[in-house]
Amino acid sequence: MSLRRSYGAHPLHLISLIACFALAGYAFLQASKGPLPVRMALWFVGALIAHDLVLFPLYALIDRTVSGALPRRRRLPSLGGINYLRVPALLSGLLFLMFFPLILRRSEGAYGAASGLDQSPYLARWLLLTGIAFAASAVLFVIAARRTPTRPTA
Amino acid sequence: MPDTTDTRKVREDGEEAGPEYGFPQPLFELLEKKGKPPGPLFSPRLWRSPLRGPWLTSVFGAVLLIGLPIMILTGLLSYMAYQPQFPGNAFPHKVYGLRLPYFDWPTNPSWLYRLNQGLHVGLGLALVPIVLAKLWSVIPKLFVWPPARSAAQLLERASLALLVGSILFELATGVLNIQYDYVFGFDFYTAHYYGAWVFIAAFVLHVGLKLPTMRRSLKSRRLRDELRVSLADTVPEPPDEHGLVAEDPSDPTISRRGVLAVVGGASLAVTAVTLGQTVGWRPTALLSARGQSYGDGPNDFQVNRTARTAGITDADVSSYYRLFVEGRTTLQLSREELLALPQHTAELPIACVEGWSTVQTWTGVRLRDLVQMAGVDNLDSAVITSLERQGAFSRAVLNRGQMTDSDSLLALQVNGVDLSMDHGFPARCIVPAAPGVHNTKWVSRIELREA
Repeated sequence: MSLRRSYGAHPLHLISLIACFALAGYAFLQASKGPLPVRMALWFVGALIAHDLVLFPLYALIDRTVSGALPRRRRLPSLGGINYLRVPALLSGLLFLMFFPLILRRSEGAYGAASGLDQSPYLARWLLLTGIAFAASAVLFVIAARRTPTRPTA
Repeated sequence: MPDTTDTRKVREDGEEAGPEYGFPQPLFELLEKKGKPPGPLFSPRLWRSPLRGPWLTSVFGAVLLIGLPIMILTGLLSYMAYQPQFPGNAFPHKVYGLRLPYFDWPTNPSWLYRLNQGLHVGLGLALVPIVLAKLWSVIPKLFVWPPARSAAQLLERASLALLVGSILFELATGVLNIQYDYVFGFDFYTAHYYGAWVFIAAFVLHVGLKLPTMRRSLKSRRLRDELRVSLADTVPEPPDEHGLVAEDPSDPTISRRGVLAVVGGASLAVTAVTLGQTVGWRPTALLSARGQSYGDGPNDFQVNRTARTAGITDADVSSYYRLFVEGRTTLQLSREELLALPQHTAELPIACVEGWSTVQTWTGVRLRDLVQMAGVDNLDSAVITSLERQGAFSRAVLNRGQMTDSDSLLALQVNGVDLSMDHGFPARCIVPAAPGVHNTKWVSRIELREA
């Protein structure tokens, strides 16, 4: 049995993978000379789990549930109607995901020590951006609905 | 390299033969036939999106192929800007060859570090939605059964775990750090730096293995044509050998151009509410930690470490304050004596590793004048020490070029008035293109080292 068949790919594939693991392993080994390497490794694995097994299933499930609950008609804006909800929700959710430490004032101590300021404005700012996104979407929905010729629904 | 892990063999007559297993064959066969966990998770029918497919994945991949190398380069350059050749200057201290070659960080152009970090942090934030979209587009492959039919596939999956784990780790630590949320508990610099090398290893490999697939997939349809396809005309991509296209797709609820617009728009939106911290439109930086105004006075600009936090007392900065300059001779200078020396004014940025920056007009004594006064004419570097009693950056080493640039100052004033306590009164360094924290505040000692 050739290496190619028994391994399952070209030998160059194997060499490249070994090089990758060697460099990554070396980096981890150097990091582990510092404090808290286990904690770093846990965060590495945790980041994978948090995205693949928590964040993704969560947003996919919400999207599928909400889409399923809306009436399906093959005319605008119903056809893409869900997007008038989906897009602002996605924007608001993304900004929260990225900036929740400021929004929830999670780091007042360190932030105050560095900047001399407090984190009180951010929750209001995020709510404002969320409000603008949904309001703009609502306006666009009304415009799209008016443009759509009404047909009798069966 | 062609897609080397494709083990399905297509016979000449087009009929597909059974799957081919690598060594040890019985084990991989057993895994496929008997190992499948119950439940719908590993059923291909779980995946319903009519938009997933190699073309869409490749579009996200192409954007990341441009953006991520810039992230790598600016990240490594930022480490070099801290001048790790001088012990104690950069974190992590020793990186055992995992760095660019040593070089003297330049002072020209003065906005060099501002640009570097503005790009690193600004682009990093803008890429978050693109990375999430890319992961969404390939996630069915995480739940394929069997996970591998050969050692090659098994190893490649392990490398993908490194790739995805490291990009998420880098984005998460970076995004938390710029918001001062140190919930991770470990040292940010160490983790972000070594995490970057894990990412570099996995990213280079992934590009090497997948570039041909990406190019082929991008050629399968033209972006310009795709942007004309409305929702009503949107159909799934043709079935692919990668398993990205759904077997039983539901009706589309958004067009492919719609997805691109949403992801691109999300990226722009993130940029819109943060970029102001870098380019000076601070009121627009609604969700950046440094998007708050201090007021409109001459000392009202971003403070990195308050005098109170640094433990600077009134006694430290009273009329008893003296600056020590140690060269061939040792100078002892009061603030009045410093003010009596020739003064120079320069408009220079302070640019933080966290991506924010601010340009102010500084006035003070040229560092090179102090070097000359101390009788040193073959300077190698200088150790600048702060009155600060603790803190990672209470001391910084500046290279020869940084000490002798005509705009490198021991600043006494900013925007025409005395420095405030928080900005380093009685005297602070301001060096063109140096990382923010190397512009030492409350300077007490300058130790000149000869070559």
